[in-house]
Amino acid sequence: MSKTAIIIGGGVAGMETAGQLNRLGIEVVLIEKQASLGGHLKNWDRLFPDRRESQEVFDYLEKGMNDGISLYLNATISDIREAGGKFTVILEDGRELSSDALVLATGYDLFDARKKEEYGFGIYDNVITSAELEEFFRNNKQKNLFEGVQSKRVGIVHCVGSRDEKVGNLYCSKLCCVTGVKQAIEIRELMPDAEIFCFYMDLRMFDRHFEEMYYEAQEKWGIRFIRGRLSEAAENPDHTILVKVEDTLTGLPLKMKVDLLILLVGFVPSPETKRLAGMLGLKEGDDRFLCPSDEHLLPNSTDHPGVFLAGTLKGPASIAATIVDARAAALQVAEYLVNGER
Amino acid sequence: MTFNLFVLPFILGLIFLVVVLVKKNRQWIRLMSTDDRKKLKGWYRSPKILLALKEIFFESLLHRKMFRRNPLLGYMHMSFAFGWFLLILFGNMESRIYSGLWVNPPYYPIFLKFFIHDKHVLPFEIFTVPGFFRFSMDLLLMFVLSGLVLAIIKRSRSKWFGLTKTTQHHFTDKVAITCLWLIFPMRLLAECMTAGAYGYGGGFITQHVGNVLAFLWPLNDKSIAYGFWWFYSLSLGIFFVTLPYSRYMHIPTEVMLIIYRNFGIKAGKEQSPIHEIEIQSCPKCGVCIDICQMNTAAGINDIQAVYFLQSVRNQQVIDGLVNRCLVCGRCEEVCPVGIHTDNQRISQRNSFVQLQKQDYSYLNHEADPQKAELIYFAGCMSHLTPAIPRAMTKILDAAGVNYLFLDEDRSVCCGRPMMLAGKLKQAEELIERNKKSITGSGAKTLVTSCPICYRVFREEYGLDIRVLHHTQYLLELIKKGKLPLQTYFRKVAYHDPCDLGRGSGILNEPRELVRKIADPVAVRDEAKDAPCCGGSLGLLNADRHERDLITKEALANYLDKDAELLVTACPLCKKTFAKHSPLEVVDVAELVAAAIPKVEKETGELVN
Ligand SMILES: Cc1cc2nc3c(=O)[nH]c(=O)nc-3n(C[C@H](O)[C@H](O)[C@H](O)COP(=O)(O)OP(=O)(O)OC[C@H]3O[C@@H](n4cnc5c(N)ncnc54)[C@H](O)[C@@H]3O)c2cc1C
Ligand code: SF4
Ligand code: SF4
Ligand code: SF4
Repeated sequence: MSKTAIIIGGGVAGMETAGQLNRLGIEVVLIEKQASLGGHLKNWDRLFPDRRESQEVFDYLEKGMNDGISLYLNATISDIREAGGKFTVILEDGRELSSDALVLATGYDLFDARKKEEYGFGIYDNVITSAELEEFFRNNKQKNLFEGVQSKRVGIVHCVGSRDEKVGNLYCSKLCCVTGVKQAIEIRELMPDAEIFCFYMDLRMFDRHFEEMYYEAQEKWGIRFIRGRLSEAAENPDHTILVKVEDTLTGLPLKMKVDLLILLVGFVPSPETKRLAGMLGLKEGDDRFLCPSDEHLLPNSTDHPGVFLAGTLKGPASIAATIVDARAAALQVAEYLVNGER
Repeated sequence: MTFNLFVLPFILGLIFLVVVLVKKNRQWIRLMSTDDRKKLKGWYRSPKILLALKEIFFESLLHRKMFRRNPLLGYMHMSFAFGWFLLILFGNMESRIYSGLWVNPPYYPIFLKFFIHDKHVLPFEIFTVPGFFRFSMDLLLMFVLSGLVLAIIKRSRSKWFGLTKTTQHHFTDKVAITCLWLIFPMRLLAECMTAGAYGYGGGFITQHVGNVLAFLWPLNDKSIAYGFWWFYSLSLGIFFVTLPYSRYMHIPTEVMLIIYRNFGIKAGKEQSPIHEIEIQSCPKCGVCIDICQMNTAAGINDIQAVYFLQSVRNQQVIDGLVNRCLVCGRCEEVCPVGIHTDNQRISQRNSFVQLQKQDYSYLNHEADPQKAELIYFAGCMSHLTPAIPRAMTKILDAAGVNYLFLDEDRSVCCGRPMMLAGKLKQAEELIERNKKSITGSGAKTLVTSCPICYRVFREEYGLDIRVLHHTQYLLELIKKGKLPLQTYFRKVAYHDPCDLGRGSGILNEPRELVRKIADPVAVRDEAKDAPCCGGSLGLLNADRHERDLITKEALANYLDKDAELLVTACPLCKKTFAKHSPLEVVDVAELVAAAIPKVEKETGELVN
């Protein structure tokens, strides 16, 4: 009799875990609360570090979604029960799904930039988030941001909602630095005369090819990096934005007018993850992301036998890292179902 | 007239106490500012003294305020204070019956039952004058003793009194409390044994208990009773001598405090004798411990007003005690003695930071103020919540007000943060600078969005124009019909900012304003009892976890109701709550701005 696994969340992590498990001969149920699969990936245009189209990655993941996977879209979970090592997931419409193992792959949320009110998102016209910029790129391929005007000034603000005690998030979101550099280059490609400034505390170009991108941004594209945290932004009557920042390299306070301010929003734990974790009694860390039972040795297991974690519900990670994590999770689940090991 | 050696401890103690108190009081008056001293001139002719006496009766004797906060604690204090007072009063009247004199030596009424053994009055005789007094004196003694029983219970079961933690005691305190607790049981025993030994002369309790004692304890003769009279006198005497050096100094000091307060002398932000008087007046009732969010939310239970005041009294003020406090005014609000705990804290901070120097010479560039009818001052905090000034300018434009946005391009701080940190000199410089641009504009009204600025404009600037918080001004605009509003009934919870509600007493205007545009839900701690959001600039020494705990506790006051929005009237509260609130947090001004119908530019027609 074949074993079944339920995977909750159909983003990169959920899709890859589902595909892998299915290839290993396990029956898979994939539950996604939205109308389509893909999660955040679907909102991005081109991916760092190599700027390939996000669609390519999605196409690969989608290929794994074959007949052995039962897909439940638009599905809201109302309860999870457990009896005799079997899990029953109850959906809001009353349907009940059962399995021998459960994988949580519910991902992350974007930081709500309105919580950093001093930057004026949602109040000033020309303040947008990095996610909105991706959406713009996706919907307006190769289009100028400012309808024909080339010589504009753009500010990019790092660490919005991350590394910020004032909003209660001390952790680094890891990927916004590289996203900022990528987007700066993309803007410059569209508008060769634009002046682009990145306001950062320090640059965390931790992964392969990242540091090279940063050099390229400075040397090839002339993007200016100013070390200092933005203290506030104000809107001028002409809807340009006045930013205040202290340049901590020169020690001078700086005021600057920009035409567009882009906020590099970070990752935050999602309330949905918290809700499901509550049902299963899973533990969360100080940063409120979920914790596996052993960060070194069992990165996908939990203290709850049969319940596994995959992807960014454990904290910020790139797509590449998420895919690796999803495969590790699949292996762990398979091992559990075959050998009963967690 | 009779005399006996055993009255000496009492007499000497009393003389000592009176001398110390008179000296202390003269010292206080001497150290007062000339202004304060002037207020006391001709005090005995002033009707204020009558008000003071009334307050002394209600607060020092009846402990009315304490009763309201905590009936059991109130009863305990009342039975001691009022009971003792009545014992002295009735004892004096009773003693006059026997001496026939108008003036008796002070020990005479206190030890009356030692000197007088009236065979003709029966224990339950109530309707003759001596019988009435004899009966009442026994009853009053029981009243005081009931308080004593409660005091003893309170030491071990403070929870019954609504206190999670009682205060700690020092050595002199311990001596004084032992004597105080002995006084009345000694009196009871002395009177009972005397009545028992004589077989008459006692009241309905003392006589009967005395008879039983005489029966059970054949040894009981007058000499044993005499011993107890000594003990009684000794415990009184020692209590009087230790009183000025123990927590019980609060008894006489509170009386003086009430008098001075009625003459308009108050504890300000700078040290003065009235600060010391207030400190000495604290009976360590502990009411301030349980109200303090530093305690209830963050588990910091050694910085509350009572401990802080004690450290000042013992000259052991340390940085942690002075600075780890929100200066939220919650303890000031509930303090039954009316101690100005906020100003106490600030004045101590002031003496801490005297040494630091700060240079504000850069302020002295002369600005050329623009003219306008009304000044809008957002405040530095509001610049971190741009939705608030944004809403205000929208409203002012919609109402057609001729205004100047004074700190649109930022400005000098109002001075309150400096003040809360005790940096009074530095604050003054900022105030002078700001005053210039305010008065220079010729405006008749100053409206600010920030309760912190509002309070300092009101209390420290001495402006002769109207100063309003935006909640007051917006209500005024609406009442004058200058703002057409569309109500949109969302359920909202209103949070009173410390400096606006407790600090400035503006409780009704924001509520009325909210009611005009939304549907407020009832919350548990409201108005002057509202919690502090935790963002207070007054808290100079706390880690972020402690602040977070305070904010979360405060939020709990507003969540779990069916509110969809958390509404406040302070940029700092808004920002602090936004960090943890699952509900959206907005300022009242934003609600009002959202309720203004849009006007089509060309046609002047309302669109929605
Ligand atoms: C601005 C930005 C740009 C980025 N660009 C790149 C890039 O260029 N390259 C790169 O490598 N990485 C990039 N990333 C990171 C990338 O987005 C993540 O690595 C990836 O999305 C993680 O996938 P995930 O499946 O863990 O989470 P998610 O993408 O969040 O997917 C979670 C899924 O679970 C679903 N879900 C949640 N709760 C439930 C529930 N209760 N029931 C059912 N379903 C649920 C969600 O709807 C969602 O579909 C970027 C991130 C940001 C913020
Ligand atoms: S990756 Fe960069 S921008 Fe993002 S939180 Fe870390 S340091 Fe800040
Ligand atoms: S400060 Fe006030 S509330 Fe606190 S113990 Fe003293 S008298 Fe009581
Ligand atoms: S002012 Fe507030 S924080 Fe400070 S001791 Fe009083 S109640 Fe506690």
